Amino acid sequence: MTTILATREFGYWWHRYLRTWRGTIVISVANPLLFVTALGFGLGQLVDQNGADLPGGSYLAFIGPGLLAASAMQMGFINAGGPVFQSALAGGNYRSAVTTPMEPADILTGHLLFTTFRAVLDSAAILLVLVVFGSIGPASAPRALLGAVLTALAFATPMAAYAITVDRPAKLSAAFRFVIMPVYMFSGTFFPAEQLPDGLRQLVWLSPLWHGAELCRGAGDLAVHVLVLLVPIVAGYLAGRRTYTRRLTA
Amino acid sequence: MSAAVLVERNLMIYKHTWYVLLAEIFEPILYLLSIGVGIGVLVGTVTDVPGGDPVSYASYVAPALLATAAMNGAMNETTFAMFGKLRTDRTFESMLATPLTERDVALGEIGWAVLRGTVVSFAFLAVITALGLVHSPWALLVVPGAALIAFAFATAGVVVVTFLRDWQDMQYIQLVMLPMFLFATTFYPLSVYPRPIQIVVQCLPLYQSIELLRNPALGVLSPKILVAALYLAAMGTICLVVAVRRLARTLAR
Repeated sequence: MTTILATREFGYWWHRYLRTWRGTIVISVANPLLFVTALGFGLGQLVDQNGADLPGGSYLAFIGPGLLAASAMQMGFINAGGPVFQSALAGGNYRSAVTTPMEPADILTGHLLFTTFRAVLDSAAILLVLVVFGSIGPASAPRALLGAVLTALAFATPMAAYAITVDRPAKLSAAFRFVIMPVYMFSGTFFPAEQLPDGLRQLVWLSPLWHGAELCRGAGDLAVHVLVLLVPIVAGYLAGRRTYTRRLTA
Repeated sequence: MSAAVLVERNLMIYKHTWYVLLAEIFEPILYLLSIGVGIGVLVGTVTDVPGGDPVSYASYVAPALLATAAMNGAMNETTFAMFGKLRTDRTFESMLATPLTERDVALGEIGWAVLRGTVVSFAFLAVITALGLVHSPWALLVVPGAALIAFAFATAGVVVVTFLRDWQDMQYIQLVMLPMFLFATTFYPLSVYPRPIQIVVQCLPLYQSIELLRNPALGVLSPKILVAALYLAAMGTICLVVAVRRLARTLAR
């Protein structure tokens, strides 16, 4: 029963997406590809000339998978931040949904299902271009897609649990600037995390983005990275069931 | 000058939201630490620089990030913030009920944006000096340089804001600003490109802004600074004339 009701929430977002998908291409696909072009090809010339020793060989092969994971992170955050906050306000779609037989948990599940769908679609589009660029080998593509989707959910699920408790949108932009941006900059996306000083390097192992980027890069143990990424997903989901119930039935 | 009243009004409002300015300095510093220092290890030194003496990658990137911060700060103020006052809050309409004219509104908002760009650039200069990335007293020219960049982009922002129909249109601005940020020699020298693309890049206002700051920051005084300053002054003056005229027409509707 619950799973069927969750598809109703999915259907709502799907219906909206049919009208707005063109605009989302810019932010979720064009944006990371511009970064790959400028940094992978442009900056890559300086890095490769210098003979830097990178996993994957060239800088393009290093940064492409990293940016794939990073854009999945941002997509997960953006889809679970503003939309969840807005939906919980008076007149928002969550408010209408709870007056039907849907439970708050169904609403959460349905919204996360849609986020998963978006993560698969957007990541596959970026991945396709990266394979054409030669930044990711075709054989590594399935593993990279898994890494990107898990990264998106590792940020979207806890973010949804948090965003529904937020009273002012300024808190969401603060979370983006002071949490997401530092994570983005130092999780081995732009340069190997091994380069960081000692204390920071251990901190990076806690960053889901680092595990996602390693998965996309085909580095390290697959099972370990997947397990680590499942922790915020499961914990966020359990917390979200509680925060959704508290906010939507109050 | 009655436009000064508007600057004072913005100053009073920012007393409560000063952390917005803090975030504006925080972000380029993050970029500097990650890209400048982190990627710097991979890049080593950059040889194709003004003056010709190889410099560390962080010293190379820092002035470009400063130019970008001045540009973004000024543009955000006259596009994002001004659009709210123009369409959502209708603040300007209540201002016009006072002795203020449309011209005062335009000049006041631009003046505020320039002031803001200058303050932010001064703070950023202090940070990069503390990080040991400044090698010459000529780096002080970066502050008036940032003010000129803020002027050119603030006036351009007012022109753009009069064309916007709703909040969704903001993404078209991003569509121009992000590629410019990535390709205008922020992260690597012009010589990376083939010649025809070099010419296109040199026409970009952000490229000229970066030239204006990078040369003095590296202690080089070349005629390129003069070219860049003239380019930005001309851009700002033309945009100012157009901005005042278009804003008056938009507000009269």
